[in-house]
Amino acid sequence: MTFFLQLMVSGFALGMVYTLIAIGFVIILKCSKAFNIAQGHFVMIGGYLGFTFLVTFHLPVWASLLAAVAVAIIMGLLIERLTLRPMVGQPVLAVIMMTIALSVVLEGLATLVWGGEYKTYHGVLPTITLKVGELSIPPETLIGVIVSIIVVIILMLFFRYTRSGLAMMATAEDEQVVQSAGIKVTTVYALSWVIACIVGVIGGIILGGVSGVMIPLANVGMKAFAVVLLGGVNSIGGAIVAGIMLGVLENVAAGYLDPLLPGGGLANVFPFVVMIIVLIFRPHGLFGLVEIERI
Amino acid sequence: MGLPSGTFNQGYAQDMAIFRTRTQWVMLFAFLILLFACPLFFGDRILTVLTIIGISIISVHGLNILTGYCNQISMGHAGFMAVGAYTSALLTAKLDFSFWAALPCAALAAGIVGIIFGLPSLRVKGFYLIMATVAAHFIIIWVILQLYGVTGGADGMAVPRPEIGGFVFKSKASYFYLVMAIACLGTFFAKNIVRTRAGRAFIAIRDNELAAEVMGVNLWTYKLQAFFIGCVYAGVAGSLLVHYVAFATTDQFPFMNSVWYLGMLIVGGMGSTMGVIFGAVSLKLLDELVTVVGPILAAAVSPQAASSLGLIMRGLVILLFLIFEPRGLAHRWQMVKSYYRLWPFSH
Repeated sequence: MTFFLQLMVSGFALGMVYTLIAIGFVIILKCSKAFNIAQGHFVMIGGYLGFTFLVTFHLPVWASLLAAVAVAIIMGLLIERLTLRPMVGQPVLAVIMMTIALSVVLEGLATLVWGGEYKTYHGVLPTITLKVGELSIPPETLIGVIVSIIVVIILMLFFRYTRSGLAMMATAEDEQVVQSAGIKVTTVYALSWVIACIVGVIGGIILGGVSGVMIPLANVGMKAFAVVLLGGVNSIGGAIVAGIMLGVLENVAAGYLDPLLPGGGLANVFPFVVMIIVLIFRPHGLFGLVEIERI
Repeated sequence: MGLPSGTFNQGYAQDMAIFRTRTQWVMLFAFLILLFACPLFFGDRILTVLTIIGISIISVHGLNILTGYCNQISMGHAGFMAVGAYTSALLTAKLDFSFWAALPCAALAAGIVGIIFGLPSLRVKGFYLIMATVAAHFIIIWVILQLYGVTGGADGMAVPRPEIGGFVFKSKASYFYLVMAIACLGTFFAKNIVRTRAGRAFIAIRDNELAAEVMGVNLWTYKLQAFFIGCVYAGVAGSLLVHYVAFATTDQFPFMNSVWYLGMLIVGGMGSTMGVIFGAVSLKLLDELVTVVGPILAAAVSPQAASSLGLIMRGLVILLFLIFEPRGLAHRWQMVKSYYRLWPFSH
């Protein structure tokens, strides 16, 4: 039982980080209808930025976070203006290939700047130790959960109460109506990319603190896609629920089934199995809108 | 459109001909003779590059039918290649099949796996289908790694070179001939498949799925057919690849290969047989450029710059093509052709 609860708890913590990454994806998708394959690479860059500011420059944690967010803002603006703006109105494949090309370039840049090596800053982030009965919650995961929850709440408030947040929600509904209401859609697109970059970078710093950073960290984006599909691509609430579900399911399944399988590594394919099942039986996900198509 | 000045079609056969004029026939045979004379002029290193290009062309033809013509975007092509590769490897190494029997089996196995993973395409499209095929790739590779006793898992397995009547395709030159012959056949079939009823159905599905269905195109049949054909090509390419390397591991089919195949389609031009060849050749040549420039860059700047060069170059090429020439090199080629056909007149 303790084993099971332990798996549940660490799965929950993992799920919150998935949620954070998935939200960045959902925001871009909602506002600009672009599927951002590079979201995982924002996370990887975030991890490396965390390493640079925390270890190389020895900045305090708050300053590192601010600096990383500043870099994320610049990155988001540049990416949107240079690569995604020309893709407005292009077919789905072109946009997706663009984000893939972007992810490849980001990977190349990470190799260029940080050498693509394994970097770790274990023990630099603040920790909170918590023990409930026999359950021990890994300290760095807990801080990750807290930061994730804070960011998610800030985002929800942003979309609910601020002008730009409401403009983004309106753009998600209908671009043309929004334009006639005097909202600049290109600004909204830029804003959505900036937010996605910030969210990805914060997720990267958290994950980097837990398990270190290297290029394959970008694969976490793949898991975020499973989360997004399960929750429904255009639902932020769905991303939260699905993120936690997937994190827990993945951990429990791997914990019980991995010893039975010779090769192991079930945690790595689990999200993909979920993806296929969701796509066959419930393509719009748990909370997504069913798209109605017209000729 | 597309005919030299003064040439007119006067019947169905002429209208349908791929090679319409005598000049085109002459150029075709000149090209084939030059292609098959390559081993006489080039050393093993260039032949290796050409062989890999040939295998890529076969694979990308499949992807072109699936993605370029039928708009069912597959990002698991390397996974389907792995299916063909391992089928052929197991049949020849473990069950003593000859390569010539194993190759069709590999194609069939990849096709059937393709149909299975194509099933989501009946309900979803665009990004969702991409995710389904990405999932297909990772699940296939995982299953291969799990079947340790059969496939050797991560250790891989040795695969014999193909042979025919005692002659073993051992030298680079002989394997080059094998691959190029199959690549030419593959090109021929790919060009013709899209001119059949099924091919026209694929194009209808690409242009508008709902409209195609209303017109009487059976989406179920034709989408799965497109998956089958596309993956058959992948299976053949995968089989050729492992028999060439004489060793099969899952490392030969990384996920990024699926992405590069799509990149080749983008660079070459989607929905064009010529584009497949342009795309495969140009991206592979870019790779070669990187392997040549890499060491120089490593010595002059830093080893990091050299290892990142390939990624940045490839990413940038796809990125720039998407922005400035989304229709690919094939479209440029058409423009050049119509220009010199009409020269010196402007239209």
